[in-house]
Amino acid sequence: MFSLENLTHIIDHALNNTFNATIAMLIEMVIVGICAITLFAVLGLVLVFMERKVSAYMQIRLGPNRVGYKGLAQTAADTLKLVIKEGFTPDNADKFLFNLAPFLVMIIAMMLLAPIAFTKGLQMWDLNIGVLYLSAVSSVSVIGILMAGWASNNKYSLIGAMRSGAQIVSYELSAGLAVLTMIVFTGSLQISTIIASQQDGWWIFKGHIPAIISFVIFIIAVTAETNRAPFDMAEAESELTAGFHTEYSGMRFALFFLAEYVNIFIVCAIAATIYFGGWMPFHISHSIPFADLFNKGMDFIPGVLWFTGKTFALIFLIMWFRWTFPRLRIDQLLNLEWKYLLPIGMFNLLLATAIAILGWYF
Amino acid sequence: MNISAIIFYLIAAFILISGGLAVTSRKIFRAAIYLLFSMIGVAGLYFWMSYEFIAAVQIVVYVGGIVVLIIFSIFLTHHVGSEMEAPNRMRLGFSFLAVLFAFAFCIVTILKNEFVPGLAAPVDLTVERIGTQMLSLTEHGYILPFEVVSMLLLAAMIGCIVIALKIPGATGSTTQAQS
Repeated sequence: MFSLENLTHIIDHALNNTFNATIAMLIEMVIVGICAITLFAVLGLVLVFMERKVSAYMQIRLGPNRVGYKGLAQTAADTLKLVIKEGFTPDNADKFLFNLAPFLVMIIAMMLLAPIAFTKGLQMWDLNIGVLYLSAVSSVSVIGILMAGWASNNKYSLIGAMRSGAQIVSYELSAGLAVLTMIVFTGSLQISTIIASQQDGWWIFKGHIPAIISFVIFIIAVTAETNRAPFDMAEAESELTAGFHTEYSGMRFALFFLAEYVNIFIVCAIAATIYFGGWMPFHISHSIPFADLFNKGMDFIPGVLWFTGKTFALIFLIMWFRWTFPRLRIDQLLNLEWKYLLPIGMFNLLLATAIAILGWYF
Repeated sequence: MNISAIIFYLIAAFILISGGLAVTSRKIFRAAIYLLFSMIGVAGLYFWMSYEFIAAVQIVVYVGGIVVLIIFSIFLTHHVGSEMEAPNRMRLGFSFLAVLFAFAFCIVTILKNEFVPGLAAPVDLTVERIGTQMLSLTEHGYILPFEVVSMLLLAAMIGCIVIALKIPGATGSTTQAQS
């Protein structure tokens, strides 16, 4: 069967036979970098289009349908517009930090891509602390937002950045606890081991009650961490014009916009990996009759399709939240985190530990 | 010089330059950002040594925690945007001398010390190992310091809550009660 793992191995061998190890590694890095940038561009185009179509569907209208077949080229046209627009820098702004902030946000989004497994063997860096790396690096993204808000020399930006900071720092805890609950079951932080442990069923089924609670907490927390409605206090357009990116225009604004969508993709990919088995097809336990036959049948669908399917289903879920829930007030938002999600998350961690020790999972 | 050494010198230069800028910058927010870069550089150095766990902890604690805290406290101070005044000459001279002596002391100590390469095989640092060591009761176990630090943090947290607590009916509290 065709597999991307073979392809990466063939390229690796070919390069190592032609050049010495250092140059081969450099060339591989360049190839991976180009792939990552291409993925980012495609993701930006696809996700923005998807958001507009989903919002249109939720609000019973048509959405973009003029440019290209059924509006498919709409986001490409928008990008072209953003590229040729002038990028303003406000007077008295800290120019260095103002220009740095969008790139910092983008670099962090790119770093988060490193440990994500797209299919068996198609993973940039399978480091042994994969999940910890993801939560560590994603905690830096708040600095990019604070930087943008401060350097703009604008009160709306600063308020937006402060709100965003408080929100991200709070909700990181819940997301971390939810992931930790699942680490109790998987027993490893490495992405490839986590996926391999779901060979006889995804953790959302195998871990039953604690896994489902943890998944719900994780999805709520990451929606808040990516600053999306109903948690978009940071850029509440009716109060703060556009929050931390009020002063940004042209391509620098586009970078913030792109980073937001890439972050959504990444958090959904993490959720798909931890709870839904990443690229692992839908397998059932061997104790069920005809399980082997069923599992073989499922294996015919390639891993990349499973991974993208699961990730995009979760992205749809998060978009669904955005267009159906009203925005929370800041005190409601902090209450939800500190009085509900965090205690539930801690209790759930204890429950998961008890279940893991007693062996009450499948 | 192989590629590994080149990467080491690049990271080291990055840490030193951003560290230097952090103490010489006269805009306080920029100083915080340079400190952030310095911290990220140190994390990069840990990654270069393939101590991934420590690198991730460095990022979580110093970059995601302490620098964010510093930035928040800067936001709460006055005159954030204005440049600080240049320090006075006398003080500058003395601090320069202090730094020079400390630097010389370090260099002398490093040059005097003979570095013997360790004979023990390198250990594979998995998270399981670190966790077991942290909570082990046997020799070289860290259960006691771990518990003491936990108690300290708990006390600090209770202290924060007590300070932030609004006593109902206290004078001067005009904030509305939350439902």
